[in-house]
Amino acid sequence: MTAELGHFALILAFAAAALQGTLPLIGARRRDSVWMSIAAPAAILQFLLIAVSFWALTRAFVLSDFSLTVVAMNSHTAKPLLYKISGVWGNHEGSMLLWVLVLALFGAAIAVFGGNLRPTLKVRVLAVQGLLGLGFLAFILFTSNPFERLFPMPVDGRDLNPLLQDPGLAFHPPLLYLGYVGLSTTFSFAVAALIEGRADPAWARWVRPWTLASWTFLTGGIVLGSWWAYYELGWGGWWFWDPVENASFMPWLAATALLHSAIVSEKRDALKGWTVFLAIVAFAFSLLGTFLVRSGVLTSVHAFASDPDRGVFILMLLIVSVGGAFALYAWRGPALKGGGLFRPISREGGLVLNNFLLTAAAAAVLLGTVYPLILDVLNAGKISVGAPYFNSVFIPMMVPLVLAMGIGPLLNWKRGELGPTVYRLKVAAGLAVLFGTGAWLFIDRASALAAFGVFLAAWLMFATLHELAVRIQLFRVPPGESWRRLRRQPRARWGMTLAHGGLAIVIAGMTASSAWTTESIQVMKPGDRVDVGSHVFIFDGAREVRGPNYAATRGTFRVESGGGDIVLTPEKRFYDVQGQTTEAAIHPTFLGDLYAVLGDPRGEDGGFVTRLYFNPLVPWMWAGSFIMVLGGFVSLSDRRHRVGAPGRQKAGARATPAPAE
Amino acid sequence: MKRKHQRMTLLGAGGLAVAAAAALVLTAFEGNIVFFHSPSELSERNFSPTQRLRIGGLVEAGSVAKAADGVSVSFTVTDTAKSMPVTFEGILPDLFREGQGIVAEGHLHEGVFVATEVLAKHDETYMPPEVAEAIKKSGRWKGGR
Repeated sequence: MTAELGHFALILAFAAAALQGTLPLIGARRRDSVWMSIAAPAAILQFLLIAVSFWALTRAFVLSDFSLTVVAMNSHTAKPLLYKISGVWGNHEGSMLLWVLVLALFGAAIAVFGGNLRPTLKVRVLAVQGLLGLGFLAFILFTSNPFERLFPMPVDGRDLNPLLQDPGLAFHPPLLYLGYVGLSTTFSFAVAALIEGRADPAWARWVRPWTLASWTFLTGGIVLGSWWAYYELGWGGWWFWDPVENASFMPWLAATALLHSAIVSEKRDALKGWTVFLAIVAFAFSLLGTFLVRSGVLTSVHAFASDPDRGVFILMLLIVSVGGAFALYAWRGPALKGGGLFRPISREGGLVLNNFLLTAAAAAVLLGTVYPLILDVLNAGKISVGAPYFNSVFIPMMVPLVLAMGIGPLLNWKRGELGPTVYRLKVAAGLAVLFGTGAWLFIDRASALAAFGVFLAAWLMFATLHELAVRIQLFRVPPGESWRRLRRQPRARWGMTLAHGGLAIVIAGMTASSAWTTESIQVMKPGDRVDVGSHVFIFDGAREVRGPNYAATRGTFRVESGGGDIVLTPEKRFYDVQGQTTEAAIHPTFLGDLYAVLGDPRGEDGGFVTRLYFNPLVPWMWAGSFIMVLGGFVSLSDRRHRVGAPGRQKAGARATPAPAE
Repeated sequence: MKRKHQRMTLLGAGGLAVAAAAALVLTAFEGNIVFFHSPSELSERNFSPTQRLRIGGLVEAGSVAKAADGVSVSFTVTDTAKSMPVTFEGILPDLFREGQGIVAEGHLHEGVFVATEVLAKHDETYMPPEVAEAIKKSGRWKGGR
């Protein structure tokens, strides 16, 4: 019965979205306050209805209601509760329901917190959000209904793909969707600005926190997915340039660019057309990602049982929404006149460079991702574009970006000077060279590229710290005064320092783990010792254990270290219903991960194929990413970004938009 | 600085950046595209041993032989018309097993496909589209789609 309730709520949500997407738009044009006033309640209603629907589906999963097809195909009574719940989005239909839930959540958030937006802008933003919801609700209702009944009802379910039964993956989709779909808000803001023909600093000020929130969630979601691949796929890799990964990475690149260009639009009233354009592009990448992942054109763990109709439907949604937005852009975009002028060497110039490089990188990733699909459609042969392409294109574009990241924040707005600024960074540059040469001399003389990576990471870290030191006037004023300045730094600035510094740590981790991983694959009998890097792994044999819905062979490895042995217990799990997984055992240390995987049994005397790794600095990648995400949240908590703040701060400025600060 | 100058500088720099990026992409594309072939196509045509290729098909039942060192594996991939022996040193994916559809990347060396990477899909009921198509081409497709 609740399933029908959920289905019905979804249909009502469709109706609410239809109201939200049409009447207010007409109302805003006619300045009809009654029609305009429909938008906010409709957005909240739409969210509540979808929430009811989502609750109904979750309930069906938790109670193992196998009369629902989705539940029967993806759940099982013996599954732990966490995976019963995560099973809701571990399949196509449920994940699309989560998609619209997040979409409606953002719509409702604008409705609730957008009190001091210009009324017509707010109404138009909500209307565009409603239209997007309308499209995706239609998609769910017509092609992917999660509430479809199954008759006769099976005794038990087919279980969730065991690879997805994992805490990392339980939270990866919701986080990723918060980021992915969060970009719909910036899209709606961009389209609303185009309809109004106006994108002033107040508009950019509103776009920034939404972009920032999406960026933060997207970063977290991508990292969680990468972390999952690292420990679950069992061979120590963390990024494969898989099309599905690219699908989430392209919106991230665009969102990062947008985050920076919106700063220019807000502070300097420049690059407005470009910011609007990027906002559309970022969401276009989100939709493209949804299409790639959900249509089944790609083969991956994300491509659940595929159905060509769905692919066509999403493609239509993509073409209509993005095509419509670009058409609107071509028509109204020229009206968005730029404001502040600046020289090429200036803070604005640095941010423009950032945007060039990030969008070029996104375009290169896009080409590598869709080129095989296009060739396939044209029947021109089946090809694959793998990691070598992406590495040889992406890395050269990121090098100048990281170099510029050290300098840009120190340049003045409007006009800066390159020579003196670089000269001020001589300490950071010196330290970076020292680290780079050190890595080359003492770690690995064979890899100049790795040494260069270390140089870049050190450069970014020290330049970021230098910038912070300049801001608090360290050593120029008494320490107490510096401390006072440090505490008074606006949170948005802290956000930048954390995000850039976090990236430096990530780069160090990526470089070290790509260049200096030690790997050893062999057959080990109990008592055997193997040297991996500077560590000795001792195999203590394997035994059978039983989990809630699987049987496992669990191996035990000891690694001798100063303060007692480290014990690693990798497993090979055989799930009762379907499939088997390899559970790597990972022990993180400051310098790297000790990583052990148990393979197949070999021989009569308890021997196993074992794979042992030392992955240097991998924990740095996760720590650095965490710092970046933290930076996002710290920046979001800034008063200036907080919803409500712009109105109070700039009560007079709304009538006469002028560059802030 | 006049608005016109600013726009010209931006456009100029943008043009340069686009050109550089395009050059980078094209050179990277040239060396890094891998074509997919079925076992039938591989046995009909000659390929240079340096050319990277992808092969897809079903792992033939009873063909998997694992060496004692725990690293080397050999097996046969078939599109049900022709078969191709494959050797591989490394870690096979969890879902690699006989009868399962797989895709391998590597090169052809004296009639044997030397794989550097073996991909099996993360779902038992799932057949990689490339493999399904290769089997359809051989005319012995029995599946639904």
